[in-house]
Amino acid sequence: MEERTPLLEVKDLKQHFKVNKKYSVKAVDGISFVIYPGETYGLVGESGSGKSTTGRSIIRLYEPTSGTITFEGVDISGKLSQHQVKHLRTKMQMIFQDPMACLNPRKKVIDIIAEGLDIHHLCKDEKEREEKVYKILELVGLSHEHAMRYPHQFSGGQRQRIGIARALIMDPELIIADEAISALDVSIQAQVVNLMKEIQKQTNTAYLFIAHDLSMVKYISDRIGVLHLGHLVETGTTEEIFNNPIHPYTKSLLSAIPHANPHVEKKRIALAYDYATSGIDYNLGTQHYLGGEHYVLATDEELETWSKKAEI
Amino acid sequence: MEKERVLSIRDLAISFKTSNGIVNAIRGVRLDLFRGETIAIVGESGSGKSVTVKAIMGILSGNGFVNDGSIIFNYTDENGEKVSQDLLKLSNREMQHKICGKHIAMVFQDPMTSLNPTMTIGKQIMEGMMYHYKVSKAEAYKKAVELLEEVGITDPEKRMKNYPHQLSGGMRQRVVIAIALACDPDILICDEPTTALDVTIQAKILELIKEIQAKKNISVIYITHDLGVVAKVADYVAVMYAGKIIEKGSVDEIFYDPRHPYTWGLLSSMPDVNTNEEVLYTIPGTPPNLLNKVEGDAFAVRNEYALNIDFRLEPPMFNVGGKHRVSSWLLHEDAPKVEMPLTLRHRIDNMLKEDE
Repeated sequence: MEERTPLLEVKDLKQHFKVNKKYSVKAVDGISFVIYPGETYGLVGESGSGKSTTGRSIIRLYEPTSGTITFEGVDISGKLSQHQVKHLRTKMQMIFQDPMACLNPRKKVIDIIAEGLDIHHLCKDEKEREEKVYKILELVGLSHEHAMRYPHQFSGGQRQRIGIARALIMDPELIIADEAISALDVSIQAQVVNLMKEIQKQTNTAYLFIAHDLSMVKYISDRIGVLHLGHLVETGTTEEIFNNPIHPYTKSLLSAIPHANPHVEKKRIALAYDYATSGIDYNLGTQHYLGGEHYVLATDEELETWSKKAEI
Repeated sequence: MEKERVLSIRDLAISFKTSNGIVNAIRGVRLDLFRGETIAIVGESGSGKSVTVKAIMGILSGNGFVNDGSIIFNYTDENGEKVSQDLLKLSNREMQHKICGKHIAMVFQDPMTSLNPTMTIGKQIMEGMMYHYKVSKAEAYKKAVELLEEVGITDPEKRMKNYPHQLSGGMRQRVVIAIALACDPDILICDEPTTALDVTIQAKILELIKEIQAKKNISVIYITHDLGVVAKVADYVAVMYAGKIIEKGSVDEIFYDPRHPYTWGLLSSMPDVNTNEEVLYTIPGTPPNLLNKVEGDAFAVRNEYALNIDFRLEPPMFNVGGKHRVSSWLLHEDAPKVEMPLTLRHRIDNMLKEDE
């Protein structure tokens, strides 16, 4: 296999928030991963594990405490020049969780979607702007007459499509989808996930897909990273994570997915995992390589006991 | 032994007056709930699941009114007498005094908004007991500590003095459940109790509710759109679409032998962890706007198996054996035989195999 150049490379990213002089919250504490062009990287974990913080640090809504973020070969973790900011703001886009809260209720859909174009002066005239918006609307499965409406006139799924359209119009290389489907109905979730996959095929955009619902993450992701308490405890391809989970936290996450099979589900009890009582210290562990793209955060002894359990 | 019927809803119809006209949110719902059993109501947003249970609790919003039907609730009052009461005939005051919180309790979706941020959780748990049963403060305190312990909160005495913001999401929902259980209700209504929570915590909360239900022999109504949750907790399932129950039956009947095309769609669109399908199935179209009058079967326009009659006449409930009832013309004896989609058939076969 030829060596692929990563689109985004995150190395030892740390994001700490100062609460007071003595104490700071270590929301993200040294995580590293790469995203290749055109692939989907799923980031899962419970609330407070630092998933969203990671996404926001990458797109530079926060100032990273330490570590490097390289995007298209350019280091974007330090102070950015005006030129870099412009590059970053066009090539990296974000889709937010709540489609109602992230759309300006006083603007028409066409103006919401074209806002990025206006800011960066990417259209020569009104006509070109309109055409671009119509093209994107079509791509996300909405029609032209929707452009003149306001966000409140749409259903949840349609609003999320507008959010996706807004991200797509800049023709980005990377889209960060922060819980983009969590607020939607199951049947609508499927529509949006299918749409995102379809768009990826057409435009070869990479996604950083942040979610806590593992079953949906499985559908969309090529590779998955499991985040817990600011540490990346396990990462690998989707098959590796689902078929051969090593870390006990990953196992408990997987066991918590409800199966729609009453006979099995009624008897099954989810595995519990409690960091405080498990005796695991994430700070001691190092990333162990397990073949393929599979890495797990553990000390040598921990890895041994976990892999033994996996065999049984 | 005859099962004890706790709640029976008959021909319930509810409308809302909006600035755009009248929305017929519920169009004839019939449902029975027996003691100690769990029924899950599934459906998309806007299908009327929440409105149905709000009608049971008597907490419909101001512009809603009941057109028709009855909700008969059978319970034993303080004097040990059996009472059979139509909840729709009670005034708001009577509802609040006699029923809400005392005999029927509800757990809401978001634990942060359903708790009072300015009261300690201990006080919030005691409030209901002191109001309904006039117990002394000391007695209520003792019971509140017991309840907290029961819902799996460690160090309950210390937690009694905490405010909601000091607790994590999972703990908050446990407190909400403790409040709901404070007055030993006959029915517990859970409106999407775990949607706002993480998967790991979701599993624990569901197991907790199940455990408490078995211990206290209460009936539970779940509202959810997550079929995985339904599989875990429910004895009976009612699938709602556009204000009507279109299919109901035991959980086995619905999951292993679904008959309504909408149920097929729901089951197919769920992500399956065990397979590697590339594209998720989606039900085409969007739910109907209930502002408009629904002619025939509301699902017909999205239904690839729709018959001519579906667009003209509303289908009755067909009995397909056991507890299984389906509202679709496809089950009429003159209708053409239609089988469920192949992919779903395979999936169900796999599920049955998995069980062995």
